[in-house]
Amino acid sequence: MAKTITQEFTKGLWAEIAPFRLVLGLCPVLGVTTTMENGIGMGIATTFVLLCSNILVSALRNIIPQKVRIACFIIIIATFVIVVELVMQAYAYPLFLKLGLFIPLIVVNCIVLGRAEAFAYKKGLLFSIADGLGIGIGFTLSLAALGGVREVLGTGTFYGASVFGPSFQPFEFMIQAPGAFVCLGLMLCIMNMFE
Amino acid sequence: MRELITMVVVLTVLAAFSGGLLAGLRNGTAAQIEKQQLEFVKGPAIKQILEGASNDPISDRFKILDGDVETSFFVGKFAGKANTVAFESFGKGFAGEIGLMVGVNLETDKIVGVGVTTHSETPGLGAMAKDDPGFAAQFKGFSITKPIKVTNDGGQVNAISGATITSRAVCVAATDGGNMYQKLKPQIAEKIKEFNK
Repeated sequence: MAKTITQEFTKGLWAEIAPFRLVLGLCPVLGVTTTMENGIGMGIATTFVLLCSNILVSALRNIIPQKVRIACFIIIIATFVIVVELVMQAYAYPLFLKLGLFIPLIVVNCIVLGRAEAFAYKKGLLFSIADGLGIGIGFTLSLAALGGVREVLGTGTFYGASVFGPSFQPFEFMIQAPGAFVCLGLMLCIMNMFE
Repeated sequence: MRELITMVVVLTVLAAFSGGLLAGLRNGTAAQIEKQQLEFVKGPAIKQILEGASNDPISDRFKILDGDVETSFFVGKFAGKANTVAFESFGKGFAGEIGLMVGVNLETDKIVGVGVTTHSETPGLGAMAKDDPGFAAQFKGFSITKPIKVTNDGGQVNAISGATITSRAVCVAATDGGNMYQKLKPQIAEKIKEFNK
């Protein structure tokens, strides 16, 4: 079942879209998606880490010894996470204040480690890049969609702009954690209807 | 044996490379990060405390090293004279440290205003220390040379209801700031002369 590079890329956008199909990495998915902006910021940060770690793990896959591979993956992933954290602090400080705790947690995001272990360690460089980009963009889109829906219902704004006007009574349940689960479930349900 | 050596070498090289890269990046971004923190965390508090100053307090600043702690002082010019400084002090709150920006008039030794900068207090309770301007406004006019306490402890500050620990922490931060200010006053007076030229 050899897939082409394009297939490796597009599988992350629908067939294996991480939060919905694989139900992986739910901690940031549920934690940061109170607004669309947060979701996109978190998605881009994760995509960057995923892409870089996939590239490095794939390039070094013949050098990294089998027995300490997880330790090596963690070093690589942690390095890129700190890079993201420092760059975000330096150039996007308001976003850093909102995402705060969730940035360091990318290190233990099972999507990133999962792709390194299950994919990049076994496949070539180009395939790993396609895989990292696909899964990363899929993850970003999921966070953006979830964040968008929750923001519109929970605070009555869309990407910061008011949608319903001042008379709207925000449905606060949606921006709390249980609302995130319900929203995720309903979106997965809608996805299944299209299958 | 060979496998063992490979494992050690690969891990060491990876860790060393990662450490070097991060140290370099940290040095490269340190100045920019400090600038961003000034703008987004301390900036609003400083601007509010030194409201009406004719200069830009965020760019007119100096540092004094006390022991091994370095504190930044932000200078406010009023009526053409640099006579007010704002600096950050800390107190232990309900959930971690609370940063408090304290503004003091050098001539009268009185507080011109305080503002909470960083905190991780409970939203709606302790967080009111930052969100409710009325709480911080109480500190205005207090002498910095005397300890500041909440009314429960025999002081003059009305604590935020349901957040006594936070209120106490803010008072402790103000008092500690006062102590530091008194200790460093000769140096502050010396440094601030440069801004009066």
